[in-house]
Amino acid sequence: MSDFPFLLLMIAVPAVGAAVVAALPRGRDLLAKQISLGVSLVVLLLAVLATVAFDAGGDRFQLTSSVSWIEDFGVSFALGVDGIALVMLLLIGVLVPVVIGASWDDEPVGTRSMTVFFAWILLLEALMVGVFAATDVFLFYVFFEAMLVPMYFLIGSFGGPRRQYAAVKFFLYSLVGGLIMLAAVIGLYVVSANQGEGSFAFEVLNAIDIDPDVQKLLFLGFFVAFAIKAPLVPFHTWLPDAGAEAPVGGAVLLVGVLDKVGTFGFLRYCLPLFPDASRDFAPYVLALAVAGVLYAALLAMGQSDMKRLVSYTSVAHFGFIALGIFVFTTEAATGAVLYMVNHGLATGLLFLVVGMLIARGGSRRISDYGGVAAQAPVLAGVFLVAGLASLALPGTNSFVSEFLVLVGSYPSRPVFTIVATVGIILAALYVLLMYQRTMHGPARGLMGGHDLATPDGGEPAGPAGDTGGATATATVTAAPATARRVPDLSRREIAVASPLVALIIVLGVYPQPLIDLIEPAVAATISDVGGDPGGAEPQADTDAARTEAGN
Amino acid sequence: MDTVPADGLLSASWLLIALPLAGAAVLLLGGRRTDRWGHLLGTATVAIAFVIALACAFSLDDRQVAVHLFTFIDTGSLEVDAGLLFDPLSAVFALLITGVGALIHVYSIGYMAHDPRRRRFFAYLNLFVAAMLLLVLGDNYVALYVGWEGVGLASYLLIAFWHERPAAATAAKKAFIMNRVGDVGLALAIFVMFAQLGTVTYEGVFGSVGLLAGGTVTAIGLLLLLGACGKSGQFPLQAWLPDAMEGPTPVSALIHAATMVTAGVYLIARSAPIYDLTETARTVVLVVGAVTLMIGAIAGCAYDDIKKVLAYSTVSQIGYMFLAVGLGPVGYAAAIAHLLTHGFFKAGLFLGAGSVMHAMDDQVDMRRFGGLARKLPITFVTFGLGYLALIGFPFLSGYWTKDAIIEAALDRGGVSGWVLGGVAVLGAGLTAFYMTRLMLMTFFGRARWAPSAPGRPAPHPHESPSVMTVPMVVLSVGSVAAGFLLVQVFPLDEWLAPVFGEPHEAEHVIAPAVVATVVTAVMVLGVLAAWLFVGRREVPVVAPERVSVVTRAARKALYADAINESLFMRPGQWLTRALVWVDNRGVDGAVNGLAAGLGGSSSRLGRAQTGFVRTYAMGMLGGAVLVAGALLAVTAG
Amino acid sequence: MTLAHYLVLAAMLFTIGAVGVLVRRNAIVVFMCVELMLNSVNLTLVTFARATGTVDGQIMAFFVMVVAAAEVVVGLAIIMSIYRTRRSASVDDANLLKY
Repeated sequence: MSDFPFLLLMIAVPAVGAAVVAALPRGRDLLAKQISLGVSLVVLLLAVLATVAFDAGGDRFQLTSSVSWIEDFGVSFALGVDGIALVMLLLIGVLVPVVIGASWDDEPVGTRSMTVFFAWILLLEALMVGVFAATDVFLFYVFFEAMLVPMYFLIGSFGGPRRQYAAVKFFLYSLVGGLIMLAAVIGLYVVSANQGEGSFAFEVLNAIDIDPDVQKLLFLGFFVAFAIKAPLVPFHTWLPDAGAEAPVGGAVLLVGVLDKVGTFGFLRYCLPLFPDASRDFAPYVLALAVAGVLYAALLAMGQSDMKRLVSYTSVAHFGFIALGIFVFTTEAATGAVLYMVNHGLATGLLFLVVGMLIARGGSRRISDYGGVAAQAPVLAGVFLVAGLASLALPGTNSFVSEFLVLVGSYPSRPVFTIVATVGIILAALYVLLMYQRTMHGPARGLMGGHDLATPDGGEPAGPAGDTGGATATATVTAAPATARRVPDLSRREIAVASPLVALIIVLGVYPQPLIDLIEPAVAATISDVGGDPGGAEPQADTDAARTEAGN
Repeated sequence: MDTVPADGLLSASWLLIALPLAGAAVLLLGGRRTDRWGHLLGTATVAIAFVIALACAFSLDDRQVAVHLFTFIDTGSLEVDAGLLFDPLSAVFALLITGVGALIHVYSIGYMAHDPRRRRFFAYLNLFVAAMLLLVLGDNYVALYVGWEGVGLASYLLIAFWHERPAAATAAKKAFIMNRVGDVGLALAIFVMFAQLGTVTYEGVFGSVGLLAGGTVTAIGLLLLLGACGKSGQFPLQAWLPDAMEGPTPVSALIHAATMVTAGVYLIARSAPIYDLTETARTVVLVVGAVTLMIGAIAGCAYDDIKKVLAYSTVSQIGYMFLAVGLGPVGYAAAIAHLLTHGFFKAGLFLGAGSVMHAMDDQVDMRRFGGLARKLPITFVTFGLGYLALIGFPFLSGYWTKDAIIEAALDRGGVSGWVLGGVAVLGAGLTAFYMTRLMLMTFFGRARWAPSAPGRPAPHPHESPSVMTVPMVVLSVGSVAAGFLLVQVFPLDEWLAPVFGEPHEAEHVIAPAVVATVVTAVMVLGVLAAWLFVGRREVPVVAPERVSVVTRAARKALYADAINESLFMRPGQWLTRALVWVDNRGVDGAVNGLAAGLGGSSSRLGRAQTGFVRTYAMGMLGGAVLVAGALLAVTAG
Repeated sequence: MTLAHYLVLAAMLFTIGAVGVLVRRNAIVVFMCVELMLNSVNLTLVTFARATGTVDGQIMAFFVMVVAAAEVVVGLAIIMSIYRTRRSASVDDANLLKY
C-alpha cells in the first residue's frame, strides 16, 4: 500500500483538474464547480489514505518517490512526507473543498469567469501539496515560487476594490524573499559540492556539516523568505492588504495554508540544516515573535475592517508559532505544528464567516454592522465558535496548541513566555470587541437600514465603547421600522462551516491522534538542532539541588 | 492520602459532566425542534446528575477516587490525562453545583417562560454546569483550567443573553476580559509547575512541591491567587461581578453567587498543600480577602439596584471565604462550609430578587419598590429567611459558618489576628446594615411603584408561579438548616479530613461564646443603624445628590471602574491608535516609500530619453571619445 | 605622400561626417554624413592595407561597402516611410524613440 504514489497523485490530480476546468467553455460554471469539488474531495480522500498508510513510528520520510530531474545539478523530483508535512496535507485536503463550497455562489468581478477562479484554486492546491511534499530543496524552491502565480491571480482578478495593489504587494514581497532564498539554495548546493557530490536532497544536506559562519548567511537567506511568508513583524504589512482584498476563499487558503509554508520552512529547513545558526539567532527571532504577538494583537484591536482585523490576528498567531519553533523543545514545537493546523481551521472558519457576513451587508467595516445575533443566530453562533477558537478557549483546538507552545517554552525561555502569555488577554479583547460590535446590541448600520450617516459610521475603531454603551443606548430607542432582515445561514453555508466547527471541537477535546503523528518528526527536528527530543526535564530549582550545588 | 482507582458507581462519575454537556449539545444543535421540551431536558440532565453525585458521595467512604478517561495531551515529557478525582472536597462541590443548579433550572422554567430564546438559555445553563463540574472534578490543573475557562464562556454567554442591550453585551465582555487577566495567572502557575516539577496533576504536584525553593512556591501561590481573584471577583479584579448582574437573574443566582464565583476558593483550598508551604502567599490571600470583604460591604451599602447590592454582598462574602482559606489549615473547612451555606442563602436571595423583579416589571431600583411584603408573601418569607441567614442571625446558617471564620481569624493571635478579626466583625455589621436597608426598601414602607418606562402601566405586583416559588422555599430551608447541619450534625471538617487533614481543636484567644455574643451584638447594631437611617424615614424616589464623600465613593464602588479605565483602558486605546498609525505610516510607509522611491527615480532617469536621434548619437560619440581617451591614457601611462 | 597624409584626410572626412550627423536635421543629409564616415573608415583600411602590403584591409573595405549598401536600402526605405507619414524629412520630427 505504501508503494502507492499518494503524493504524486495528490499533485497530479488537482493539476489535471485545473487544466480541465480551465479548458471548459465560458458559461459552464456549474460543471466547473462540480468538477472542482469532486477533484478536491479526491485529494482529501488521498490525504486520508496517505495518513492511514503512514507509520508514525517508522522512518522520518515516508511515501517517498524520486525521479531524477536535472541530473547535472543533482536535482530530483523527490517527494516524501514526515508527520509535520502530512498534517499540513490533511489541512489542505480539508480546506480546499470547504473553500470551493464557500465560493460556490460568488459572483465574478467584472468580465472574469468563475471557471477560471476554480481552475486557479485547483492549481494552487497542486502546488501547495508539492511545497509540503518536496524533499528536494530545489524542488521546494520551485513550488515555493510557483505558488505565487495562482494566488496572484486569485487576488488580482477576483479580489476587492484595491486588489491590484494588494496582489502586486503580495507578489513583490514574496518574490524578494524567494530570490534571497534562491541565493541561499545555490549556496547550499555549493557547500555540498565542496564536501563531495553536490546535491539538493534534504537528507544529504542534513547530514553534512556546514561552517558556522556560512551557516549564518544561509540561515538568514532562508529565514527572510520564511519570515516574509509567515509573516513575522516587521515583514507583515503585505498580509493585511492581501487578506483584506483577496476573495474569501483565497484569503482562507492564503492565511490557512500558504503562510504556513513559512513556519513549515523554519522547522524543515532552518533548524535541521543550520542548527548552529538557529541557536545563535534564536533570541532575536524569539524577540520578533513575541513582539509580533503583542504588536499585531494591539493593531487588530485598532482595525475597522473585519478582514484586516482577522489578518492581523493571524500575524499574532504566527508569533506564537514562531515562539514554539525557536525555543527548541519537543513540547513547544509539537504545539507549534499543531498550531499551524489549528490556526488553518480556526482562522479559516473566521474568514469564511466574516465573508458570509460581508456577503449579507456588502461592507467590510465593523461599524456598518450591529445586532446581527438577534436576526441570524446560527451565523452568530458560528462566528462565536470561530472567534473562541481564535482566542484559544479550552475546548477548541487552538487551546491545545497554544497551551503546548507556552508550556513548552516556559522552561527554557520564561521571560519571552510570560510576555507572550499576556497576548491571550489581548486575543480575548480583539475577538470579543469585533463580536460585540457586529453581533450584539441593537440592529444598526447596514443591518438596521438607517442611521448610516451617524457618527458611528465614521468612528475610528479602537477598544472604545466600554463605558456603558451610552451612545448605543441612544440608538436603541430609535429602532428602525424599516430594519432589513438579515437572512441566517443557508444550507450550503452550514454545510461549508460545519466540518470546520466539528474539527475545531473534536481536535480540542481529543488532539492526541494528531500529536502522535507530529511528535516523531518534531523530535527528530529538535535533536537535529541539539535540543533534547525527550522533552523538558524538571528544573533543578529545588532546595535539595541547591544544597548539592552549594557543596 | 493515596488515591484509589474508581470502582462501581464511582467509575461512572464522568456521567456527571457528560449528561449536562449532552443536554447542551442537543439543545444547541437541535434548533427550534427542541423548543417545546428543551427546558425539561435541560432540567432533567442536571437533576439526574444530582442523583448520581449523591450516590457517588455516599459510596465514597473517605476515599479519594481517580477515574481515568483518556489521554488528552502526551508529548515530550508533558502528559495530561483527562482524568477525574472524586474526593470529599469535589463531592461537596459536585453536590452544591448539581443541587442548586437543578433548583435554579426549575426556577428558570418559570422565570424565562415568556422569553423566545428559553431553549438556548437552558443550553447555556447546562453548558455551565458541565464546565463547572469539570472544574471541580478534574484531577489536574489543566483540566481545572479547561473547566475554568469553560465556566467563563458560559458566564459570557449568559450575561450577554439579552444581547440586544448594549449594557449586557458590554458587561459580558468585561467579565470575560477581567477573567482572562486572572486566567493568565493560572496559566503561568501551570507553566511554573511543569517547568519545576514536570507534572501538572494534583497528585504529582502536591507530592513533590515540598522539594521546591520557597520563592518558587510563593510565586506559584501568588499566580494561583491571581487566577482565583479573577474568577471570584476579588480585589483588584472585582469590578466585573456587579456588572454581570445584567444577565437574567437565575444566572446571577447560579453562576454569580452560588457556584462559579466560588471557584477561586475551591482553587486555593484544592491547592492547600502549596499554600501550606508559603506563608507569604497565604498572607496575601488574607489581605485580599480582608480588603475585598470591606470593599464589597461598603459598596453594598450605597447601591439602589437590588441585584447590585446582592452582587457586592457576594463579593464581600467571598472575601470572608478568602480570609478563611488564607488562614491555612484551620480555615479551609470553615471556608468551604461558608461557601456551601452562602450558596444556599445567596442563591435563595437572588431567586427572591428575581421574583420581585418579575412582579415589578423587571425593575431593579429599590427606591421604586416598597411595601411588597403583603403582595409577595412567599417571596417575602423565603427572602427574609435568606436575609437572616446572611446577616448571621443566631442559629441560622450564616451564624454558624461566618462565626467560625471570625473565630479562626481571631485565633490567629497577635496584631494580625486582631486586625483581621476586627475587619471580619466590622464586615458583619456592615452586612447587617446593607441587607436590612435592602429589606426595608423592598418589602416595607410605602409603595413607591412607578411604570418601568414612560407609557407603560404601573406594575401590579403578583406572586410568582409555584415553579418559581418551590425552589425558593427549598433554598430557604437550606438557608435555615444548612449551617447547623454542617457544623453540628454532620461536621464538614471531618468529612473533608481526607483532603485537609484531621480537624483539631484550636487554642482560642477569646472564648467562642464571647465572640458569638460580640458578633451578634455588632449585627444588631447594624440592623438598628439601617432602621434609623432608612426605616424610620421616607425613602426618596430619586437618590439624593447632596451626600457625603464617603457615600459618593461607595456609590462608585470606591472608583474601581474609574481606576481601571484611566489605568488600562485609556492608555490601551491610545496605544492602539498610536500603533495603528505607526504600522500604516511607519512600517508599511517604509515599504511603500521604497516602492515609490524606486518608481520616482526610474521615471526621472527616463526623462533622459528625449527621442531625438541626434542626442543619442551625441551620447555614443561622447562614450566613444571617453573610451578612446581612457585607452590612450592607459597605454600612454 | 606619406601614410600620415592619408590618415589625416580620413580623420578629417570622419570628423566632417560625425559633425554632420550631430548637427544636421535633414535625414538625407544625416544619411550622407553616415556614408562619409563609413568611407573615411574605408580609406583608412585601404591605406593600411597598402602600407603593410597585405589584402586584409581591402577585403574588409569590401565588407563595409556591402554593409553600407544594405544600410542604404533599409535606411532610405525608413526615411521614405517617415516622409510619407510626416511630410517631412527632419529627424527631429521623429522623436518616438523614448520612454
